[in-house]
Amino acid sequence: MSAGTQTAPPRRGARGAARPRAGFAAALLHRLSGIALALFLPMHFIALGTVLQGADRLESFLGLTHNGFVRVAEWGLVSALALHLVLGLRVLAIEWFARRERTALVVSTCVAAGLAVGLLFLLGGA
Amino acid sequence: MNAPVSTASPADPTVEAAPGAPLTVRIRRDGGFQAFTVARRPAQTILDVVTEIQRAQDPTLAYRFACRVGMCGSCAMMVNGRPRWTCRTRVAAVAEDDGLTLEPLRNLPVVKDLAVDMAPFFEKWTAAHGAFEPGAAPPADFAAVAPDSPERRAVDAGIECINCGVCYAACDVVTWNPDYLGPAALNRAWTLVNDVRDRGQEGRLAAVSGDAGCQSCHTHMSCTEHCPKALAPTFAIAGLKRATARSALKRLGARHFRRPA
Repeated sequence: MSAGTQTAPPRRGARGAARPRAGFAAALLHRLSGIALALFLPMHFIALGTVLQGADRLESFLGLTHNGFVRVAEWGLVSALALHLVLGLRVLAIEWFARRERTALVVSTCVAAGLAVGLLFLLGGA
Repeated sequence: MNAPVSTASPADPTVEAAPGAPLTVRIRRDGGFQAFTVARRPAQTILDVVTEIQRAQDPTLAYRFACRVGMCGSCAMMVNGRPRWTCRTRVAAVAEDDGLTLEPLRNLPVVKDLAVDMAPFFEKWTAAHGAFEPGAAPPADFAAVAPDSPERRAVDAGIECINCGVCYAACDVVTWNPDYLGPAALNRAWTLVNDVRDRGQEGRLAAVSGDAGCQSCHTHMSCTEHCPKALAPTFAIAGLKRATARSALKRLGARHFRRPA
């Protein structure tokens, strides 16, 4: 029997780095989509605020939404909102009804639902 | 004469090596990894592998075990990046490419090699008021607990914990916030919150709320997925979240809406 030999650490072997798991991914997406929505809210209020200054100001502000970047951002926003909603429902189901789940399956379904809403938004001629 | 009873130990030549490629076992030691080669044997567990290495190859390897049958909760380690009881984990079920990577339990200080210091784990058990607190006159406040009452069932769901530390090692929140009480301590607190005889509820709910308490749980479900006893600390923590919220609302109501005497 050979005594042990020193080797380089394996790729994923860093102590403290458990394998990424679906529950972790769900929490990360939930947090990131929540931050994205929080960042959007001030923009939303600014847009609504321009109404007080007359229809022209609102129209000129809404002109920004024809910009390609803003359109992509809108799609992202709709997806983030849908994702945040379904992932939040998942947490509520787990915590209020003590649902044991197949985490990977449920999280995948939540992400698919969020993206599907985003696609519907695109198909709706946004 | 008390001759040692002969048992089929992993290093015992009576357990024939099984055909097939030998296992390459990488063990985290002294900041790096050390590789060992171990023969495969029928029904071999991870604990068998570690014991074989320690007895036949490197007697300085440190690890911890006691019962070998999943009762004591002392042999948990990270096996291929996941916390597991090594005594109840078969090599055949978890080896990847004829290899195993063994590390000490995550989130706990290492004493040596695969043995970790469990002191922080048990300190949090105490911090979460994990001990039953009787009233001033225990014989007088006798309570009849129906076995099928909801409270008793909630206790039953969490009472089988043997403190192995697997959930604590699986928890990402403990990694982020080392003060976080962790799934095991909170699960224990939840069993006591449902104990109608306990007289320390107010202090316990205060101890398990806050930044290091149940509200910090992100519901990753890691503890529930990894628990070798199939307990669900996530649901226990969710129960504590409800109980602490209810108690906070009651306090608020008492402060602002109390009827004048």
